Amino acid sequence: MLTINNVEVMYDKVILVLKGMSMVVPKGKIVALLGSNGAGKTTTLKAISGLLKSENGEVTDGFIELYGERIDVNDAETIVKKGIFQCMEGRRVFKHLSVEDNLIAGAHTRKDRKNIKSDIQKVYHYFPKLEMLKHRQAGYLSGGEQQMLAIGRGIMAKPKVLLLDEPSLGLAPLLVKEIFSIIKKINKEEGTTILVVEQNANVALSIADYGYIMENGRIVMDGTVDRLLSNQDVREFYLGMGDKGRKSYKDIKSYKRRKRWL
Amino acid sequence: MTFLLQMIVTGIVVGSVYALVALGFVLIYKSSDAINFAQGEFLLIGTYVCLTLITAYNIPFVAALLIALMFSAVLGFVIERIVLRPFIGEPVISMIMATIGLSSVLAGIVHIIWGHETRVFPKIFSEKPVNLGEIVIAPVYLWSLLIVVVMLVIFTLFFKYSKLGIAMRATADDQQAAMSMGISVKMIFAVAWAIAAIVSAVGGILLGNINGVNASLSAIGLKVLPVAILGGLDSIPGAIIGGLIIGILESLTGGYLDPLVGGGLKEVMPFVILVFILMFKPYGLFGKKEIERV
Repeated sequence: MLTINNVEVMYDKVILVLKGMSMVVPKGKIVALLGSNGAGKTTTLKAISGLLKSENGEVTDGFIELYGERIDVNDAETIVKKGIFQCMEGRRVFKHLSVEDNLIAGAHTRKDRKNIKSDIQKVYHYFPKLEMLKHRQAGYLSGGEQQMLAIGRGIMAKPKVLLLDEPSLGLAPLLVKEIFSIIKKINKEEGTTILVVEQNANVALSIADYGYIMENGRIVMDGTVDRLLSNQDVREFYLGMGDKGRKSYKDIKSYKRRKRWL
Repeated sequence: MTFLLQMIVTGIVVGSVYALVALGFVLIYKSSDAINFAQGEFLLIGTYVCLTLITAYNIPFVAALLIALMFSAVLGFVIERIVLRPFIGEPVISMIMATIGLSSVLAGIVHIIWGHETRVFPKIFSEKPVNLGEIVIAPVYLWSLLIVVVMLVIFTLFFKYSKLGIAMRATADDQQAAMSMGISVKMIFAVAWAIAAIVSAVGGILLGNINGVNASLSAIGLKVLPVAILGGLDSIPGAIIGGLIIGILESLTGGYLDPLVGGGLKEVMPFVILVFILMFKPYGLFGKKEIERV
């Protein structure tokens, strides 16, 4: 349903960040986009959601389509109305608004205002902790609670595609697990298509149906999760596993495998 | 004692009008981080439009007030669209400079259309003073207070509960995140300017009824800036309390100190208080503190 075809993105008309990026996100699936820092993952998401324009970036080549309709020419509000919602990196909750007001802000583009109350209850059902904190100022929530709130805002918008940018950022491993299992649950119960960008390849692949690996502004490898997990390079560079299971740090200096896809 | 109470009541009424106009500053500052130096001219234009409708076209006061408010809203929208929209994404200081330019232009236009002699509103409220215990108040003061309170309540509810109000607060918090919610930031700016123009016009019309209308009314815009800063530039309750404080202190200074020094101290007092309070509370009384989690 969401197709990105040979997209080039330039910032400030000089810095070329995406160099012919292509990927497909099929309906109802969870797709993981993996890659190291600076690979262009966040830029890809911002190109989809239209937030690039607020950062002096633009799509200079290629196109992005939702259900066969071009969206890369639209601005951010229109894209949200068409059903793509991005949970930005670093949570970005509205600090001075209460938890409940944050959720209402998430539903800003919804036309069916009367269902909002019941949808807030639905968010509390996924994240029971938020219900206890509903009158608290969002700025005083813990990192994990803020991440829940950020995803909750995404649920409130009832998007067709939910873009999650590094939901694991800065969270304890246990909390990361909890949040990802809820993401999976949202995908199953709401039927929301999810594109998740992650550095933590392990946890992202544990819930995804399909994965893309990105380096230097383009996709270098893609495949079903099983295929990625059995690939030598992925195991070594993204999962930290050598040929014989987990690798010890003391061997790393003496031997560095060359990535075969380069 | 009666004199003191009389001064305090006058101060409350004038202060509440200041609070209303300060709300305009706060709104624009909250949504776009800019200070609108053309606030005083907004006030002047709204007042003159209302006055002209009443005196030249014999339209009843309430209808004229509503038309003037609508006119102000449109004026706010148009000015945001033409003058300030190009400054989105540019440094805030350029936007502030643009409002200073705007204020000169608007002041010039007002001068061309309406001249500079003082005009008075026809008597709208009854002249018979109201006795509250020992103090005597003109009905126009009571009406002003009532109108301001009603407007402040409406705006408080609007920001707390309405979809647009929540979106405006969200935009003030984090513009990019607001955009990612599908909130149109341009729309929010336009609404902020429209509301700022409306509250200024109401403030101007009320003060015009009390003191008469001439170009110096726009100086209220400057006088209200300390009110907004005192309350904390981004706090709506702060603007209300700041308005009352400045209003009362100004009135007391006018009553007690001006006769001793020969007048004029009243005009300076708001700024003296401002400097004094900012020495201790640099963000103003209720300014938003950055929330930092440790």
